[in-house]
Amino acid sequence: MKKLESLKEAVTPFRQAHEIGWRDFEPGFVLTEVASSGHYHTGDWRSRRPVWDESRCIQCGVCWIYCPDMAVRRKPDGYFEANYDYCKGCGICARECVTQCIRMEDER
Amino acid sequence: MNPTLERRVGMEDSHAIALAVRQCNVDVVAAYPITPQTHIVEKLAEMVANGELDAEFVPVESEHSAMTVCVGAEATGARTFTCTSSQGLILMSEIVYIASAMRLPCVMVLANRSLSGPLSIWCDHSDVMSIRDCGWIQTFAENGQEVYDLVFHAYRVAEMPEVLTPVILNVDGFYLTHVVESLLVADQEVVDRYLPPYRPRYALHPDRAVTMGAYGVPELFTEAKKAQDEALRATYPSIVKAWQEWGDLTGRHYHPVETYRTEGARVLLFTMGSIGQTAMVAVDAMREQGWPVGLVKLRLWRPFPHEDLRRAVAGAEHLVVLDRAVSFGGPGGPVASEVRSALYGQAGAPVVHDFIVGLAGRDVAVPDFEAMVREVLARKSAPRHEDYVIYGARE
Repeated sequence: MKKLESLKEAVTPFRQAHEIGWRDFEPGFVLTEVASSGHYHTGDWRSRRPVWDESRCIQCGVCWIYCPDMAVRRKPDGYFEANYDYCKGCGICARECVTQCIRMEDER
Repeated sequence: MNPTLERRVGMEDSHAIALAVRQCNVDVVAAYPITPQTHIVEKLAEMVANGELDAEFVPVESEHSAMTVCVGAEATGARTFTCTSSQGLILMSEIVYIASAMRLPCVMVLANRSLSGPLSIWCDHSDVMSIRDCGWIQTFAENGQEVYDLVFHAYRVAEMPEVLTPVILNVDGFYLTHVVESLLVADQEVVDRYLPPYRPRYALHPDRAVTMGAYGVPELFTEAKKAQDEALRATYPSIVKAWQEWGDLTGRHYHPVETYRTEGARVLLFTMGSIGQTAMVAVDAMREQGWPVGLVKLRLWRPFPHEDLRRAVAGAEHLVVLDRAVSFGGPGGPVASEVRSALYGQAGAPVVHDFIVGLAGRDVAVPDFEAMVREVLARKSAPRHEDYVIYGARE
């Protein structure tokens, strides 16, 4: 979780793909920044988003464990949320949730 | 050149290639044997086994793996060599395109051979034309001396910091690979003066992490391809410079487009590869009979030397382009197609006549050149752009 947070901070000075011109590449399209995939906001693939009903959440962390993109994070109050920059809306968290407290809502 | 710095030897061209590769002190050789490239890779394996070449010889199980090994080794900063032919090339082609996009300065000798089917092992240019657009620098050799010299040029130019682009050296299968020729072999001192150690811009190393071969999202793929195209076009002056440097050292000069007896020629033959040698004999014979015929030879196929070509053919009435491959259902042979493009709309440009010849090693002899010139001069009207003749095909 900590790693994901630090990646998010690095996003700010980074140019998104649509801002890059043909002269901006390193030869061979080499990326010199380590772990730069964090800049790629895969969350915009999402058609449905997970939403937590905290009244039924037991803070077990199964959603956090199962998320294949490490896009679920724990809030200071102990409950969980998705980082929508990276959550692709696959629904695995909702499927695995012990108390069925995660609902997949259509993106609009 | 100082005569003590070179010696004349009789050598099979394949062995001359292996010798040149050894003199370039490559780090990794990865190749799979295929006719007619076999003698090159056999000789290199022998050199490594005998301790004459301190390189890793990777006995891969396919050409796809050969190219993959070269890409991986180049990514660590190694100097690599591979060679193949025909079916081997099309098996490795998936990775060939990746090497150029990643700007890895691999060097490949392609012993040109026809693509199946029908199955054939003999020479034509259908193999290289199948990867025409792969983004590598592509040169052609005519004889053993050129084959030997151009190996050094390939490494020199590929690894220039402003180039970093892989090079394919095309060598006609059998006509060159299996012929023993007299050639001048350079002293190692000359090679070392010409070819500096390779200093990669980026190399995979745990202490200096970089990402190579990353995914290119649609939002920047177009820009990436534009960058690749611009980079290949920009290699042209470096290619010429590297030939100039070799010429300064050895007295043997090479150019993107070369001419032979073109002064006052009404008809120009246009060749690529070893048939240029026969064409010179044919030109001599025709000149002796008073025919105003000359020869233009294309040495650099990519990046395509448009300006040199226009200069070389200026003043001629007819340009007889000899293609060694068929673009099925297209506008004729690939070379003629590009020559027409280069000349399109140019005032006073010669009429282009496309003859597809020499498929799968069919001989193109002096009388054939004469017959083609005679046919061109007898034509009542200029051919349409899409017209071509598959020369000598029996009814």
